[in-house]
Amino acid sequence: MPAQPYGLIATFDTAPDVYHAAEKVRDAGYRNWDCITPFPVHGLDKAMGLRRSIVPRISLAGGITGFCTGMTMIWWTGAVDYKLIVGGKPLFSPMFAFPVSYELTILFTAFATIIGMFVLNGLPMHYHPVLKYDQIRRGMDDTFFIVIEARDPRFNLANTKALLEKAGGKAITELEA
Amino acid sequence: MAHAEHAAPAHPILQEVKPAHLPRAVLVENNRSFGWITEKICSIIEGKTPTWWWVCFILACFVASFTVAGITYLVATGVGVWGHANPVNWAWDIVNFVFWIGIGHAGTLISAILCLLRQKWRTSINRAAEAMTIFAVVCAAIFPVFHVGRVWYAWYLFPIPNSNVIWQNFRSPLEWDVFAVSTYGTVSVLFWYIGLIPDLAVLRDRFYAAGNKFRSFLYGFFAMGWRGSNRHWSNYEMAYLILAGISTPLVLSVHTIVSFDFAVSLLPGWHTTIFPPYFVAGAIFSGFGMVLTLMLPLRAIYGLQDLITQYHIDCMCKITLATGTIVGYAYGMEFFIAWYGANPYEGFAFVNRAFGHYAWAYWWMIGCNVITPQFFWFKAVRNNTAFVWILSIFVNVGMWFERFVIIVTSLARDFLPSSWGYYSPSIVEIFTFFGTFGVFSVLFLLFIRFLPVMPMAELKAVTPQADVHGGHDKH
Repeated sequence: MPAQPYGLIATFDTAPDVYHAAEKVRDAGYRNWDCITPFPVHGLDKAMGLRRSIVPRISLAGGITGFCTGMTMIWWTGAVDYKLIVGGKPLFSPMFAFPVSYELTILFTAFATIIGMFVLNGLPMHYHPVLKYDQIRRGMDDTFFIVIEARDPRFNLANTKALLEKAGGKAITELEA
Repeated sequence: MAHAEHAAPAHPILQEVKPAHLPRAVLVENNRSFGWITEKICSIIEGKTPTWWWVCFILACFVASFTVAGITYLVATGVGVWGHANPVNWAWDIVNFVFWIGIGHAGTLISAILCLLRQKWRTSINRAAEAMTIFAVVCAAIFPVFHVGRVWYAWYLFPIPNSNVIWQNFRSPLEWDVFAVSTYGTVSVLFWYIGLIPDLAVLRDRFYAAGNKFRSFLYGFFAMGWRGSNRHWSNYEMAYLILAGISTPLVLSVHTIVSFDFAVSLLPGWHTTIFPPYFVAGAIFSGFGMVLTLMLPLRAIYGLQDLITQYHIDCMCKITLATGTIVGYAYGMEFFIAWYGANPYEGFAFVNRAFGHYAWAYWWMIGCNVITPQFFWFKAVRNNTAFVWILSIFVNVGMWFERFVIIVTSLARDFLPSSWGYYSPSIVEIFTFFGTFGVFSVLFLLFIRFLPVMPMAELKAVTPQADVHGGHDKH
C-alpha cells in the first residue's frame, strides 16, 4: 500500500470554473485546501472563505517603529550625545527631524510589509508537494488547480474525489507527500 | 430606475433617451489567451540573443566607460577636476543628480499612484518603468557620492559611529536628501522584486521543463518557491497594495526633499515655496518622457503592440501634456511672484535667467518643456509613434536644462557682484555625465535580456477571460 498522499489536485480550465468550484469546496467545510492560479483571481478570496490578510497590521507596526526610530535617533545624536549648535538652531525640534523620520517610516513599513508577507506565506519554501506535480508548470501559465490536503479532517479519498469531480475538476490526481 | 417609477409619466422624448454605452478601451488587444501572454514575454528571454542587443550592449559599455574614466580620474586627482568654482560650487554635479532622480519618478508614479487610482493600463509598462527608476537612481547616486571628494568617506553621510564621535547635522536638507534618496532606492528595489516573484516562478518552471537546470535554479532561487497558491496571493496582493500606498507619499516626498536643497537656502531664485510641487511635476514629466523614449522602441522591436496599445501611448502622452503644462505654469508663476514680491534681488534673478548670460539655456528649457508637450493635444500626433518618440527626447533634454537653469543662473549671479562668474563644465564632468547614459543603457539592456519586461500575472488579470463574473462586476 502506498504512503498517505499529500492530497488531491484537480484541474480547471478557466477562472470562472475554479471560482465556482472553490465555492463548493468551501461550502463542503474543508479547511486545509488551496487554489493554484497563475494570477490573483478577483473575488477568489471570498469564494474560498479567506479572511482579510493581516499584513497591514505588520506594516503599521513597522511604520510606527520607523517613525520613532527617526525621532529618537535625531534627538539622541543632536541633543544628548554630542550637542552642537549649528546656525543658532535648536538642538532638537520635531520640525527638522520630520523629513528623516518620515522617510524611515516608509522604509521600515516597506520592510515590515515584505517580511510579513513572506512569513505569513511560509516562503521561501523551495520544496513543496504541490511543486512535484508534473503539470504544475501550467498553473503558473494558464491553468487553475484546486488542492485538498489529506490532513484536512473531512478528507476522504473517495468522497473528496467525488466532490472535486462534481465541482467540474478534471485530471484528479493524488499528490505524493 | 426606481426613481422613474415614482415620477409622473415622463415626456415621450425621455423614454427614447438611452444611457450612452462607452466601452472601456481593451488593455490586451486581439483577445489574447493567458498562454499567449506567457509565451510572448518569456520568448524574449528564452530566445537567442539578437544581434541588435549585442550591438547596443557593446556601444552602451563603451559609453559607460566614460563615466568610469571620469570617476577614476576624479578619485585619483581630487574633486577640483570638475569645473566647480566660486560662486558655482554645485553646477553639473547636482544638475545631473536631480535630472536622473527626476527620471526615476515616473516609474514609481506608474507602479504606485496609478495602482491606487486603479488605472489598469499601467500593467504593461510598470515593470520596465520600475526598472528605469532603479537604474536612474543608480546613475543619480554617482554624482553626490563622488562630489564629496574623498569618496571613501561617503559613509559619513549615514549616522554610523565614527572616530570623531560627531553626528550628522539633521537640520540640513542635504542630510534629509541622503535619507530620502536611499529610502527611495531601497523601496523601489523591494517593490520591483515583489512584482517579479510570480514571473520568476514561471521562468523557473519553463527553464526546468526545457532542461536548463542552471537558469531554473537561479530564477527559482529568487522566486522563493512561489507556487501560485491563492492563500499566498491574498497576502501578496495586500502587501503589494500597501507598498503602492507607501510609495505614493514616498515619491512625492523624495522630490520635495530634493527641492528643499534649494528652497531652504536663501538664494534668490531658489528660496521659493513653489519648488516642491513644481519639482514633483517636473520629475513626473521628465520620467514619462523617458518611459516613452524606452518603451516605444521596445514595443517595435519585440512586436508588443497588443500589450502596449495605442491607448497606452495616448495615456502616457496625456500625462506628459498635463505635467508639462503644470511645469509651464510654474515658470510663469515664479516670474509673477518675483515681480509681486517686490524683492529686487529675486526680480533680478529671474530677469537674468531669461535675458542674461544663460538666456540660451532658459529658452531651450521653455522650448522643450512648455512648447513640446503641447503637440500632445492632437490625436494625430499621439498616433504617430515616431514623432512621439522624437518629442520624448526633447522632453528629456528640456528637463536637464531646467535643472541647469535653476542651479547655475542663481549661483553665477549671487549677492556680491564681485564674485559673479560664468560657469563652464570641465571635460571630466562632461565625460562623467555622458557616461551615465551608458551605465543606464547597460543596466536596461541586461534587464530586457534576463527579466520579464512585463508583469505576466498582472497582464493576465486584466484580460476579459480573467473576470469570473462574466463581465458583471458584483463588487
